[in-house]
Amino acid sequence: MQCHKLRFAKLAAGKFEMEKAIKHKSGFRESVQSLLSGLRLTWRHFRNARSRRTPEYVSDKNYFSQPDGLVTLKYPYEALPVPDNGRYRLHNEIDDCIVCDLCAKVCPVNCITIESVKATEEIGATSDGTKKRLFAPVFDIDMAKCCYCGLCTTVCPTDCLTMTPVYDFAEVNIKNMIYHFTDLTPEEAEEKKQLLARQQEEMAAAKAAALAARKQA
Amino acid sequence: MLAFVLTLVLLLGIVIVLAYAERKVAAFMQDRLGPTEAGPYGSLQSVLDVLKLLQKEDIVPAAADKKLFKLAPILIFAAVFAGFAVIPFAPALVPAGIGIGVFYLLAIISLDVVGLLMAGWGSNNKYAMLGAMRSVAQIVSYEIPAGLAILSAVMVCQSLDFQEISYQQGALINQFPGLEYDMNWLFGIRELGINTTTIGGILTWNIFRAPMLLVSFVLYFIASLAESNRAPFDIPEAESELVAGFHVEYSGFRFAVLFLAEYSMMVLVSLVAVVLFLGSWNTPLPNIGPVSLAYWTSGTVGELSGILWGAFWLLSKTFVLLFLQLQIRWTYPRLRVDQLMHLCWKVLTPVALGVVLLAGIWRLLMV
Ligand code: SF4
Ligand code: SF4
Repeated sequence: MQCHKLRFAKLAAGKFEMEKAIKHKSGFRESVQSLLSGLRLTWRHFRNARSRRTPEYVSDKNYFSQPDGLVTLKYPYEALPVPDNGRYRLHNEIDDCIVCDLCAKVCPVNCITIESVKATEEIGATSDGTKKRLFAPVFDIDMAKCCYCGLCTTVCPTDCLTMTPVYDFAEVNIKNMIYHFTDLTPEEAEEKKQLLARQQEEMAAAKAAALAARKQA
Repeated sequence: MLAFVLTLVLLLGIVIVLAYAERKVAAFMQDRLGPTEAGPYGSLQSVLDVLKLLQKEDIVPAAADKKLFKLAPILIFAAVFAGFAVIPFAPALVPAGIGIGVFYLLAIISLDVVGLLMAGWGSNNKYAMLGAMRSVAQIVSYEIPAGLAILSAVMVCQSLDFQEISYQQGALINQFPGLEYDMNWLFGIRELGINTTTIGGILTWNIFRAPMLLVSFVLYFIASLAESNRAPFDIPEAESELVAGFHVEYSGFRFAVLFLAEYSMMVLVSLVAVVLFLGSWNTPLPNIGPVSLAYWTSGTVGELSGILWGAFWLLSKTFVLLFLQLQIRWTYPRLRVDQLMHLCWKVLTPVALGVVLLAGIWRLLMV
């Protein structure tokens, strides 16, 4: 009850104050003063326009506090540096990719398309020493569909799929938003497929021969 | 004819600079950069804008009153441009030095209203109509305090000739035919005994010759903002409610002409304010004993030096006023219609009447 009364009294006082303030501000002198203070404000900003914000990294202590001066940057020529853990355009270092298909499986919007072809012989290793056994005739990421969740980069076992700091990659044609990362030309891919098919045929033939020999024995 | 072409070229130059300045000033006051791409610091932006407008299709709405619609921009611009004819740009340099210049100016600027109404009515568009009606109401109302403020200056100067008014406000006063023996006294009061005839400079500007003209100047400046439809009195073209007011249907060349007329109006009202109250083309520097700053910065009447100095002072003072107009636009919010009329009829007009009365009394003290 006591508290209630107190609040009411405070409210009333506040209302009274406000009324006084409004009345107080309506005189000729006050009007002129408030008009002048408006002009002073714009004049101050006009004068401070000589200095302007610099593109600083997010860890800089000036990043959020804006001292005097112009706040905008000439964008394509200057830009605020993006944070290291920012999630922007993907890049796949195809030489290091083992075509495990994990990224395509985890992607929530299914924007990664991978086709794989088994290699018929040793095709080397990635930079972290993992053996590569698959070619990727198709490794497409549709950046228009991608929601930049970053899941694919987390699951990638060889860390070859990464986020780059590039965020300005608008295209006129939406087809150009599909990025092709494969390092094989269609002819090479076709060749690899035929190699695999021949090897499989040979293996099948060998198997059949072995089976026949076993039967004979 | 030469005067016509020269004035037009000068006006176009000033308007282009002003349009660029408007953007830059607005940007700086809002902590932005403004145009930066076209030319150094974006200085060619307004030139390119004009070129772009000229290339655009000239669209005449099917339901518009074609004759009115097509004629209106020309009439509006012609009315404003005709006002420049009587503005003295330097001693002995005025496109048309007629004896009743002030009267002519007030009359010819009022023609502007007819053009606005034609544009608004002819467009057959409700926004344009509303804008035109507001514009006419506003301009007709504000012509009264503006006219009274001008009247007080005219009463103090006892002349309707802009050039004579200009000569009176400086150290060159005795070089005007008819004013050979006139004298200026400090604050216009002979009893004070301080003769400023040969001192000149800021001390002989109208706002010093008769201090209540300072009030007139403020009144005129406020009213002129309203007459040129500038913020905070821009309700005729309030973008947020009327799209663009009376010129909403215009495009291409016709829009460019309307735009030009609007900026010319700003320049014209500033010029008139400078000529009537702020010493016209006279230098602000007074002669101090042997240091005759006023004579050094005035040149010789009728020669190139006089013309250059005169034009320099006149234009620099005008640009200060224009800057103030820009700053006011980017500082104050728009008034409501009722506030606008309140300010005009209940504040400015009574004060202006008071000032006219005072000016009459002051004139008696001056002779
Ligand atoms: S970032 Fe997310 S949405 Fe984009 S490709 Fe990777 S998993 Fe898919
Ligand atoms: S998860 Fe990494 S290694 Fe596996 S297919 Fe995707 S990019 Fe290649």
